[in-house]
Amino acid sequence: MGNRKGDLRYGETSKGIGKVAALDRMNVDTDQIIPKQFLKRIERTGFGEFLFFDWKYNDDGTLNEDFELNLPRYADACILLSRENFGSGSSREHAPWAIREAGFRIILAPSFADIFYNNCFKNSILPIVISKDRTDELFRLVWENEGYSLEVDLVKRSVTGEEINFSFEIDDFKRKVLLEGLDDISQTLELKDSIGKYEKLFVDKRKWVLPEERESL
Amino acid sequence: MAGKTLFDKIWESHLVHEEEGKPSLLYIDLHLVHEVTSPQAFEGLRITGREVRRPDLTFATMDHNVPTTDRSGPISDPISAKQIEALRQNCKDFGITLFGIRINSQSQGIVHVIGPELGLTKPGMTIVCGDSHTSTHGAFGALAFGIGTSEVEHVLATQCLRQNRPKVFEIRVDGERQYGVTAKDIILGIIGHIGTAGATGTVVEYRGEAIEALSMEERMTVCNMSIEGGARAGMIAPDQKTFEYVKDRRYAPKNSNYKEALEHWETLHTDPDAVFDKSLTLDARKIAPQVSWGTNPGMVTDVTSKVPDPNECEDTGRKKSMEQALEYMGLKANTPITDIHVDRVFIGSCTNSRMEDLLAVAKMVKGRKVADGVSAMVVPGSQLVKKKAEEMELHRIFTEAGFEWRESGCSMCLGMNPDILAPGERCASTSNRNFEGRQGKGGRTHLVSPIMAAAAALEGHFVDVRGWEIEKGI
Ligand code: SF4
Repeated sequence: MGNRKGDLRYGETSKGIGKVAALDRMNVDTDQIIPKQFLKRIERTGFGEFLFFDWKYNDDGTLNEDFELNLPRYADACILLSRENFGSGSSREHAPWAIREAGFRIILAPSFADIFYNNCFKNSILPIVISKDRTDELFRLVWENEGYSLEVDLVKRSVTGEEINFSFEIDDFKRKVLLEGLDDISQTLELKDSIGKYEKLFVDKRKWVLPEERESL
Repeated sequence: MAGKTLFDKIWESHLVHEEEGKPSLLYIDLHLVHEVTSPQAFEGLRITGREVRRPDLTFATMDHNVPTTDRSGPISDPISAKQIEALRQNCKDFGITLFGIRINSQSQGIVHVIGPELGLTKPGMTIVCGDSHTSTHGAFGALAFGIGTSEVEHVLATQCLRQNRPKVFEIRVDGERQYGVTAKDIILGIIGHIGTAGATGTVVEYRGEAIEALSMEERMTVCNMSIEGGARAGMIAPDQKTFEYVKDRRYAPKNSNYKEALEHWETLHTDPDAVFDKSLTLDARKIAPQVSWGTNPGMVTDVTSKVPDPNECEDTGRKKSMEQALEYMGLKANTPITDIHVDRVFIGSCTNSRMEDLLAVAKMVKGRKVADGVSAMVVPGSQLVKKKAEEMELHRIFTEAGFEWRESGCSMCLGMNPDILAPGERCASTSNRNFEGRQGKGGRTHLVSPIMAAAAALEGHFVDVRGWEIEKGI
């Protein structure tokens, strides 16, 4: 799963085109996406090879051939299809870091856990919510057609592939963040004056919020 | 105009900036930091030359990775040691108070245990941490939720967070709970009912008689697992118990500040005419002690019941995930829960490692012995809990019964330190997640309350604690 070469780009074209890998499980949690033994790194990189580690490998370190993402047909997929409640559990951003580094840029599922969903946008991953029926249909198409690929247009909010064509919903601001690669922090820092004004409240109305250490302890 | 919910009141009083088509900018009153989700955020600040805006509102501890055995020597795992050292250095460089394993170590502990314990957590605040169980702090009537590392960096740099307004979900638990039924059973019962994604996109307000009757520590247990139902946050309106709990703690407001705070805190409740986006009512009398049988916290059932049969499930997706779970758990459908034997017992984690939890376990195990073949441990949530428990001699009761008594930390809740299950080992655990591999690759976790875990340790299999004499007195 190391190097996916799917053609996927935003910016000028705003389109992502790539093969789809199907992970037929509900409630794929972040403990599974990146197991805890790999959370000790202090860098943002180096997680891709450990994506789905416990599923990917057998106890003796050999490749688990029963794990669907190990199938050669999915080797260069850059769109991941899964089931309900994808990304549940721990808030670890290591999960989207691993997903992105392993080459996936788009995730399709009927629902996502909130923190994971937000974390995706910070890492140029597009999570797309699709209906349950659409999910079943896509699973069928991917299983039946080796090399099945989709074209995702972020401007038009559309997904197109053989036998399928639908639009998806996405918050305008989030879409803008992906398209323009905006830096959240710089944007917020432009509002420094408003933040400062809010903080003035500490002087008269919200003194109790400020942690004031008791000396006796 | 309709009244406001508790959530509305806190949300609205923290808005810094609003703009059409953009998420709101929310002020954060308290930012808690730990070693695993923060190094990349501090690194980001260094690269961009930014400062921490409010080091006085930022507190750090090391909990996920730390050893729970003797800590006087160096940490044996070099990568853990590096992460712990990185936090120490970051706190030093950016002027953040750290409760570490050598620095300020008397107050070290699991981040969600020490926040309330030190009086950092207070009603009406917004609290974030790079950890999904930040929902714990909602027990005080605070808006508290977990964030990712990019957001940690955002809060460090700006003391604000961009958020879309979530929906508000009322979960009422009416009636009085039965003897032997704990806060843990209430929250597991709720999650079993709504499922692991039942509260996605919402902030839950827990209300009703059974919730009001809970102690502060029990309320923390309930709010802690909100995320396991998919919620962003869980909250409980503050009352006299809350105010009493906070008063006189190390970082609590003092004198006139406390009086001012109290005036504000007393307004923090949902108005009678407020409208929730969604509501659910459960009856506490119908909740039995719970035991999880599968690989997510929604896969849970009454101790009197059996492991469910996937063949009786009509939804094919759900059926498949039940089959996968049973295979992983090494369980057969229709096995009575009380026939399930355990190898390990873990009492700890931010869900159940506070004084009341340890006291309840001590009462159960006093003068009794852990069953043959079971290895059991108690890991206090913080050094203060540990100290208090030792003052009460609880550690003697535990060790005499055959439990190991450890230093505070996350420990076997997620097994980032050496405390892990071996493949195939089955554990009764008071933690909050039974995901595959959570407590060690191939390890099998059953989530239960502290007294259910204690009973399982003594009997070697799950038992219904309602038949037990729990209050033996110490
Ligand atoms: S005790 Fe477990 S759930 Fe709680 S903060 Fe630590 S690892 Fe997370």
